Amino acid sequence: MPPDTPPTSAAAATLPDVTSPTTAPAGVPAPSGPSIVTSRVTKTFGHVTALSDLSVEMPTGVVGLVGANGAGKSTLIKILLGLLPPTSGSARILGLDAATDGLAIRQVVGYMPESDCLPPDVSATEFVVHLARMSGLPSAAARERAADTLRHVGLYEERYRPIGGYSTGMKQRVKLAQALVHDPRLVLLDEPTNGLDPAGRDDMLELIRRIGHEFGISVLVTSHLLGELERIADHVVVIEGGVLQRSTSTAEATALSGVVLVEVTERADEVVARLRAAGAQVETADDGGGLFSVALTDEEVTGAIQATVADLGVGLIRMQRRRHHLTELFREVAR
Amino acid sequence: MSAPTPPPAGPPAVPPAPGTGSPERRADVIHDIGFRHYAGERFGRGWIVRSLLVDTVRGVFGIGRPARTKVMPWVLVGILLLPPAIIALSVLLTGGNELPMSYTEFLGQFQLPLTLFVAGAAPYAVSRDLRHGVMPLYLSRPMVRTDYVLARLGGLVIALFAVMALPQTLLMVGALLAELPVGDQLVGWAGGLLASALLALLLGVVGLAIAAFTPRRGLGVAAIVTILLVVTGVSFALSGIALDQGADELAVLGGAIDPYRLVDGLAVWILGVDSTIPEFAVTQAWQGGLFALTYIAAIAAFGGLLMLRYRKAARL
Repeated sequence: MPPDTPPTSAAAATLPDVTSPTTAPAGVPAPSGPSIVTSRVTKTFGHVTALSDLSVEMPTGVVGLVGANGAGKSTLIKILLGLLPPTSGSARILGLDAATDGLAIRQVVGYMPESDCLPPDVSATEFVVHLARMSGLPSAAARERAADTLRHVGLYEERYRPIGGYSTGMKQRVKLAQALVHDPRLVLLDEPTNGLDPAGRDDMLELIRRIGHEFGISVLVTSHLLGELERIADHVVVIEGGVLQRSTSTAEATALSGVVLVEVTERADEVVARLRAAGAQVETADDGGGLFSVALTDEEVTGAIQATVADLGVGLIRMQRRRHHLTELFREVAR
Repeated sequence: MSAPTPPPAGPPAVPPAPGTGSPERRADVIHDIGFRHYAGERFGRGWIVRSLLVDTVRGVFGIGRPARTKVMPWVLVGILLLPPAIIALSVLLTGGNELPMSYTEFLGQFQLPLTLFVAGAAPYAVSRDLRHGVMPLYLSRPMVRTDYVLARLGGLVIALFAVMALPQTLLMVGALLAELPVGDQLVGWAGGLLASALLALLLGVVGLAIAAFTPRRGLGVAAIVTILLVVTGVSFALSGIALDQGADELAVLGGAIDPYRLVDGLAVWILGVDSTIPEFAVTQAWQGGLFALTYIAAIAAFGGLLMLRYRKAARL
């Protein structure tokens, strides 16, 4: 713990116990309803349409915004921060109107840009304290929260050194810390894993997961990599060319499919033939291995598989309900 | 003071680094570093602008920045303080009945160190944020573009004013210690402060506008020094040509394009003090009026340029 004392005893009293997990802390209004709602948002720059008739609801928790470069992710973030008026349509963020309540929104929202945004000649501590003040925090609270937040993102002794000497991973942590330091209710993270090595990427994703699920701060995180969002997002929004492609909860998208994966040690073709004869829908892989999938048309199917395998006396390596993969979203979209 | 309980009574000094756990790792393993929410006060734009202004003033003098950034501003402050100290001392020792240099003359006499100070300070105030892409972090906070520009400008102008006012104040203290007429000295000193305020505002707006268009390291410093020196040179050249042609009244107007001569002319016109450059002193009311209009136009033009730059360039 930093030696800083809380600004006032009253403020300290309302803070939740540091040693307990803070999934739903007191003092913060319980999340209710969607954190972001856009309705028919269109943004054009001259002849270029960045966003086209985008209507989407994003729940609280961790929301992944997926799209290729130039899909309109950054334009949407600017509109949500109240910095860019939409050409038509409206957006509400935490119940506030993005077109008219920009200042109020920016008080309760944190933003981590994709680009470099750190001056090299100051230390992380000084910089984050400064930006906490720029969010309206009194000096004492700014110092205390900067120390706390930097610790949370995993910067310890190095936070007293000038940022110029930091690695990319450390810089990303500072960028994340400045977005969290004023205790926002929602953070907008633009490509936070950009430029990180695999280990750094894992660290960052784990941090984002904790922000959403343990700190109780809603997260909108953009990425062009669906795979990494699959691990942390509760909800995924896919946009392409400024057009909404898909908005779905991750649980739904990766729900159990109606297919059983079966792998046997030998004589797979005989097993498949018998199952087909029994009326099961079987799909085999072309590689000639012992792996095939069976559609779960009724409850008898699993019993039939077991019976067939036992009857033929082959070894059953696995029989597994398959999960949908989030990347299938893209295949569907592509069709 | 040994407690019977096991040593880790409080949270460990170094909590487990985030992300080092495998995916199966449960949340209850890292319960010792819960995130604390902030329920305290949040101030509005007034506090934010004030904080940014204070940050600018401190930064201009290298406070809270690496040691090498403190060298230039404080060397220049030393250069500006030394002559008034010597003058004050000599008046005190020799018992003269007049200061060898008036308060407003000081600004014209120490043009070069003042120019160098502006050239160092203005790029710090704005170019740094533009160069390193910090603007999105300001714009995503509860303030507007104008707040940022006004806070940076305000901080720079206050710093410049302080650098001009301090030596003049030292001069005044010396004059009072030497028992020169109190009334005269206080009036002269107040006039000097007025001229300093006008000059600080003008140099601040011009310097910031130049710096906002030259984000590259070193370029802003060079641009400001060059422009201010060239402008002074041109203004004297114009005045000299006019004088050669026998147009004495027009020769005075050459000073209007140089910030230092412009403010000197205004001081002569408003306060009736002696000009730093007697041969081009403002003598007619219409000359003074023209100087005042030029001053206002310059503030408006460079201020407008600065705002325009931030509307266009400081994109998120």
